[in-house]
Amino acid sequence: MTHALDISGLKKSYGKAEIIRGVDLHITKGERHAIIGPNGAGKSTLFNLITRRMAPSAGKVHLHGQDLNGLVPCKINRMGLSRSFQISNIFPRMSVFENIRCALLWSMGFRYSFWSLVDRSKPLTEAADAIIEQINLTSRRNIPAGVLSYAEQRALEIGLTIAGGADVVMLDEPTAGMSNTETDYIVELIRKVTVDKTLVMVEHDMGVVFGLADRISVLVYGKIIATGTPEEIRANPTVQEAYLGTAIKAEQ
Amino acid sequence: MTDTTPQMTDTGPMGLRLKSAMPWLCAALLLLILPQIFSANATITLMNQMAITIIFALAYNMLLGQGGMLSFGHAVFMGLGGVFAVHVMSYVEAFGAPLPLPLLPLFGGFAGLLLACVIGSFSTRQAGTVFAMISLGVGELIAACSLIFVTFFGGETGVSADRTYGLPVFGVEFLRQSEVYYLIAAWLLLSVFLMYLYTRTPMGRMANAVRDNPERAEFLGYSARWVRFYSFIFSGFFAGIAGGLFALNYEIMTSESMSLVQSGKILLITFLGGMGYFVGPIIGAIVFTLLTTVLGRYTELSALYVGTVFVLTVMYCPRGLAGLLMMHEPAYRLGKLRRLVAPYLKVLIPVLVATLGCAALFEMLFHVRHAPPGDHEMRLYWVTFDSHSPIAWGIVIGVTLLAIMTTRALIPHIKDAWHDANTIDKGAS
Repeated sequence: MTHALDISGLKKSYGKAEIIRGVDLHITKGERHAIIGPNGAGKSTLFNLITRRMAPSAGKVHLHGQDLNGLVPCKINRMGLSRSFQISNIFPRMSVFENIRCALLWSMGFRYSFWSLVDRSKPLTEAADAIIEQINLTSRRNIPAGVLSYAEQRALEIGLTIAGGADVVMLDEPTAGMSNTETDYIVELIRKVTVDKTLVMVEHDMGVVFGLADRISVLVYGKIIATGTPEEIRANPTVQEAYLGTAIKAEQ
Repeated sequence: MTDTTPQMTDTGPMGLRLKSAMPWLCAALLLLILPQIFSANATITLMNQMAITIIFALAYNMLLGQGGMLSFGHAVFMGLGGVFAVHVMSYVEAFGAPLPLPLLPLFGGFAGLLLACVIGSFSTRQAGTVFAMISLGVGELIAACSLIFVTFFGGETGVSADRTYGLPVFGVEFLRQSEVYYLIAAWLLLSVFLMYLYTRTPMGRMANAVRDNPERAEFLGYSARWVRFYSFIFSGFFAGIAGGLFALNYEIMTSESMSLVQSGKILLITFLGGMGYFVGPIIGAIVFTLLTTVLGRYTELSALYVGTVFVLTVMYCPRGLAGLLMMHEPAYRLGKLRRLVAPYLKVLIPVLVATLGCAALFEMLFHVRHAPPGDHEMRLYWVTFDSHSPIAWGIVIGVTLLAIMTTRALIPHIKDAWHDANTIDKGAS
């Protein structure tokens, strides 16, 4: 079976400080994989290394068997990997509709076109509206994204991430800073939009992680100490000791 | 709740509808009849200058407003386009190549495009300060080159040619100003239309996206750098068109036309009009050209007044004159714009008096300082008086202060009226 993502020996260091100390991770096609770990474990850094927001110091990342070494983010995105950001990363001055439309342009084959008019493409408008419907923002369609509520911006962020039809979706703390109702809404949304896709997510909320993930990896101080199904992780003594015990207690 | 349904229908049905064609038809009609109303040669020259400035300002705004790139050297694209067009004109004149004059600006455009391809290949890697600094450096470099490569740029005196080289297009030889006007007007309409369409293409939309958030655009599959590059070369193309029209109109291009001063001027015009709106640079170009020309006729201090207007715009309406107009849109939608007319008229008089009063003080000061010794007589607003007399100073200062105080007293009324015009009436749906 081919893996959607193959990460081997990934390292990142700033001078003598090692942030990621050799990560090996294999994510199967179609699985929902969560990465958990205490604050400062390097979860976001790992995300940034995989998507080439930063260059790793050593190690390799393969997407569908293709080496991502030396590629820029836009090329990786075109190969079918899309990500969201921990801090909402949207186009605040554009309307919700325009945001989603921009996310669709490349995948719908417009590329660097300056000879076609966006308003005249019916498939484009319909596809954008379908995604807005999916993320429940239809009533906000023509409002500048910058004035949306926090939860709505997070939903838009997910919309931008999935719009291009990438088959590997990476979400960085999609429910950070949300109330319980908002979290339920986002989890439902993630479940809905990642059907038949590979999902990699970083998350702090254990309820979300154990409810959503097929497999979980625990990252502590730049190293993965355990990978397995939610049950295995829950029962793993090393994880209990290093991290989960406190987190689960806090949850209950 | 905001009702979004009416806007949704706008993007729904496709096809060219009368409603979207209306502004263009009106503009065409206006351009057609303007020289009939203002037939004086000086006015037509002014309108030509305005049209060229509009194209240049819109081209500049493709970078500044649409693409988020602050350029300090954009005049080089217009200047080079113009110089190239002059050379084409001379070439045709000397060798009699069959080139109809109306196509000349295209050569300017392609010269601008080519230069933009070269410069854009390295300057568009980043936006922000890096881009601004490179544009400044390259601008100065090419402006300096114009004094070194004398055969091409003509040095201090510039290059000149004769547009009436004799290849009449349908019997028109472009001897008269009005004939040139129609040619420029046609190019104006075409250029503005194309630049507007550009904002509606995938590239135009992504230019906005890259301006707002280049990183996000990268993670959506677009290379921010290529998007900037495309904006840059199209901007260079239309700046070159403006240069070609400039060459055609004045028949001379000097190194001054690509100086930093010109680049600064176009930045000022675009900002004054409002870079956030497509019509902003158009308004800016019209107002700025009118201000400098008309004021220049009556006073030696016109630069001071234009500068003051600019500073006031930056401070009090950073979205420019177009932003000032668009502020009234909510009131217009509510159908309550009429309620603002009376308060505006009421405040207009003291504002006008205060402005004229301040201007009078500047003029008097200037007269006292710069008139030949013994010449105390000055004429201002159709009144002749002694610029050294304390009575005159007293009257002007008094009237100005009174007008300023009246304006200040009226501000609460304006605020109330504004609030009233922008709120939905109780009981109304």
